[in-house]
Amino acid sequence: MLPRVLRRLSMSLLALLMSGCSAVVLHPSGDVALQQRNLIIASTVLMLLIIVPVMVLTGWFAWHYRQSNTKAHYDPDWHHSTGLELVIWSAPLLIIIALGAMTWIATHTLDPYRPLGRLAATRPVPEGTKPLKVQVVALDWKWLFVYPDYGFATVNELAAPVDVPIEFQITASSVMNSFFIPALAGQIYAMPAMETQLHAVINQPGNYEGFSANYSGAGFSDMHFRFLGKSQADFDAWVQSVKSGGGALTREGYLALARPSEREPVKHYAEVAPGLYDLILNLCVQPGKMCLRDMMKIDAKGGLGMAGVHNVGRLAYDRPPALNAGQSEPPTGLAYVLALCATPGPLWSPAPPAAAAGN
Amino acid sequence: MRDNSELIHFIFGRLTWDAIPFHVPILVYTFIVVAILGIALLGTITWMGKWGYLWREWFTSVDHKKIGIMYMVLGIIMMLRGFSDAVMMRLQQAMAFGGSTGYLPPEHYDQIFTAHGVIMIFFVAMPMVVGLMNVVMPLQIGARDVAFPFLNNFSFWMTVAGAVLVMLSLFVGEFARTGWLAYPPLSGIAYSPDAGVDYYIWSLQIAGVGTLLSGVNMVVTIIKMRAPGMTLMKMPIFTWTALCTNVLIVAAFPVLTAVLVLLSLDRYVGTAFFTNDFGGNPMMYVNLIWIWGHPEVYILILPLFGVFSEVVSTFCGKKLFGYASMVYATVVITILSYLVWLHHFFTMGSGASVNSFFGITTMIISIPTGAKMFNWLFTMYRGRINFDVPMLWTMGFMFTFVIGGMTGVLLAVPPADFELHNSLFLVAHFHNVIIGGVLFGLFAGINYWFPKAIGFRLDAFWGKVSFWFWLSGFWFAFMPLYILGLMGVTRRLSHFDDPSLQIWFQIAAFGAGLIFLGILAFLMQIYVSIRNRASLRDHTGDIWGGRTLEWSTSSPPPDYNFAFTPLVHELDAWADMKQRGYQRPVQGFLPIHMPKNTGAGVILAFLAMACGFAMIWHIWWMAGASFVGLIGSAIVHTFNYHRDFHIPAEEVARIEDTRSRLLAQL
Repeated sequence: MLPRVLRRLSMSLLALLMSGCSAVVLHPSGDVALQQRNLIIASTVLMLLIIVPVMVLTGWFAWHYRQSNTKAHYDPDWHHSTGLELVIWSAPLLIIIALGAMTWIATHTLDPYRPLGRLAATRPVPEGTKPLKVQVVALDWKWLFVYPDYGFATVNELAAPVDVPIEFQITASSVMNSFFIPALAGQIYAMPAMETQLHAVINQPGNYEGFSANYSGAGFSDMHFRFLGKSQADFDAWVQSVKSGGGALTREGYLALARPSEREPVKHYAEVAPGLYDLILNLCVQPGKMCLRDMMKIDAKGGLGMAGVHNVGRLAYDRPPALNAGQSEPPTGLAYVLALCATPGPLWSPAPPAAAAGN
Repeated sequence: MRDNSELIHFIFGRLTWDAIPFHVPILVYTFIVVAILGIALLGTITWMGKWGYLWREWFTSVDHKKIGIMYMVLGIIMMLRGFSDAVMMRLQQAMAFGGSTGYLPPEHYDQIFTAHGVIMIFFVAMPMVVGLMNVVMPLQIGARDVAFPFLNNFSFWMTVAGAVLVMLSLFVGEFARTGWLAYPPLSGIAYSPDAGVDYYIWSLQIAGVGTLLSGVNMVVTIIKMRAPGMTLMKMPIFTWTALCTNVLIVAAFPVLTAVLVLLSLDRYVGTAFFTNDFGGNPMMYVNLIWIWGHPEVYILILPLFGVFSEVVSTFCGKKLFGYASMVYATVVITILSYLVWLHHFFTMGSGASVNSFFGITTMIISIPTGAKMFNWLFTMYRGRINFDVPMLWTMGFMFTFVIGGMTGVLLAVPPADFELHNSLFLVAHFHNVIIGGVLFGLFAGINYWFPKAIGFRLDAFWGKVSFWFWLSGFWFAFMPLYILGLMGVTRRLSHFDDPSLQIWFQIAAFGAGLIFLGILAFLMQIYVSIRNRASLRDHTGDIWGGRTLEWSTSSPPPDYNFAFTPLVHELDAWADMKQRGYQRPVQGFLPIHMPKNTGAGVILAFLAMACGFAMIWHIWWMAGASFVGLIGSAIVHTFNYHRDFHIPAEEVARIEDTRSRLLAQL
């Protein structure tokens, strides 16, 4: 009775686990994630070569040499065997040599910074393929995606055509997050003032989940987005709908968007302020604030010396009020470095396409 | 009016009534329960008139055995707190589905998972490991105490001070909402301006001083105070692992101290080490904290590897297989543990060669670890295995830990880690090695050495009940997390949308329930054992047929441990002495030079705690005063020349004669 129940239970658990779509890491839809899945399985099998015998031996020795089994050979002084020592050090060593070689190769071929060489196991990337570029910004607590080649941006919705390599440039506005679409490819951190990269391709159309995989504060649990894998035609239609939907993401608009908020609905912006991603990366979307790259250039030339002290202002924009529950002002105001030649006046605003091209 | 508010601000810093969480019912009830239990406990002690006894015999004691026991008590109390956090998380995650956000709002939930990690590592695992080493190691090397007995007492009370600050954050203010390693920029002043991260920093800094000093103390003890004849390669294996662990502590904890100092400077004086702006770099923090953090993992597990080695060899009635190989494996792990820290953040975008290097060094650690596993296995081979409670825990460890080791090596493959990093798979992995390794080892050690430390053995029935609940509870609680990780579920989420995940969280919550029964059974085991102590008492001093020197003296050992310092000729000195027909000396006793108890440790640690509390709440006058008091008291203590005394020869003779009579009655 009990064994049958147990068997049925274990079968149903196994079926549940194997039932495809739920265990996304084991059933991904992008080639990079698929190779990572294969690596997970291959490494596990390789290790089981030694784990299983160890567990079997443990069970067998425990049973056979139990105290009540007086027939078992008892040899209290047996404590050394050069032959056995050789085996117990070399068996794991051999496994690790094999696994280490696999690791070295796979880490280099699946390096997220490395442009893709193939779309799938048997399909290399065709000559002259232009990858889709996406600039990703992790905000508190939503995702901004800028399509630099198309000049539009979206919030909490990312789309890509199937079988086209995607190049992600990834940064964050305030704290560390991790950009992760399990069905597409492994994750990589999104860090403020720094850029990470990811190369991936989606092979099957579908609506996939993406999220932050690194805890980033109160709204973290709802920091999801949808990743839409679309056929080329559907993707083009989607691009059209975003472009014709209107709306523009200006620098002021970005600063407002960057304020902490939760469960942000999907948003589309037909236009984006030029160089917005670069300003975000250099922490100088706020007008009058020195961009990091300028600061680093000045510092590389020896800095401003004591004069630099006078070039510091106080900043409030990236202070998230939602984090300061019960305390509206942090104890010390945040300082920032003023731009040396900040021009006062209106920020960029959407202009006719012809004028924007001249910018 | 304005003057008044400035005065209040001067006196109380930023501490106001708002910091007391009257509006959070869970905390109010918790506070009431804790207050009632606390008053009941204090009242009982007062009513029984035990304050003087506790102060003289325990709090001010410099006896390594008593300090070790106090460490264990601290660890067990804090385990109850850490486990309550775990249960709250399991319930939250099992409930919060389909639009429900559960019963814990994010700002509370985020504190709970942070506190759970901090408490379990720093105030459960560390005190218990240090406590075990304190009780056992000096006995194993035939020493009368550790090298610096007062420092030992001070270290313990500093750990307590850190624990008290963490507990205080429950009712005064809040704890950090950053995760247990408090990565900036989230833990920086810009995103965590409240007192939570300051509680985190100061409790770890204060406890860290204790851990570091205790590490120094034990390294010196092992190097300088071994019994004559005990060369390094005749040292018991637990002492070897204790040596390696304390070397790791001495080398790693200053890194933690330094990185927390840098974070404090960012928070208190506006420096920019880890800020986004001004050239700060949070990646430095992540590197530094893991340069401490990875050795910390081995600090925890190595002594328990030692425990398993002692237990396996004792309960198989056999010499440990491959002692030398075991020692080299331990040393190799000690060294390698410094070369793997980056595997905690392959996803930060280091190049492929850097990632491969750290991935492969991580895998290499599994070779000595695997060798250890085989050594335990071949110790069982041709043994006569007595499945008493310590051996059960060891068997549970051997079956559980290999799975955790395997998933660990899997996570060391960088491309695999890209998919599994920060997922519940990772959470399952480290619980698998910490519960299956550290915790099972602690229970094995407690059951094994309890009769030595206290004088009577622990009840075996309740020990077995506890074991089976813990083992099954562990498997139920964490195997679903492996599966959830493969389903792409990340850690630290407080609620979920996908209803198909719920069943796994419910299974995990059921597992947590089994673990709860395991903890209850453990407390019951202690209670029953104290009640039946007369029948469980051990007069032989060598209840398991042990092999190392601690079993050669009485249980519990006299204050001076050994009337005569033992002479060591072989590995497993006590087994060797028994085999050669060792006769216990019964006369010719000499006066024994011993250290005197002192209250300085309690006073210094209290002042350190006050200083930490004042720094947390920006009560500058109090911080200054307590710091000056701390330094002043330390200086005053150095002028205390009445630190030692002699136990007269007659007293030694009386104690030893009593033992002779008891042994004769057996």
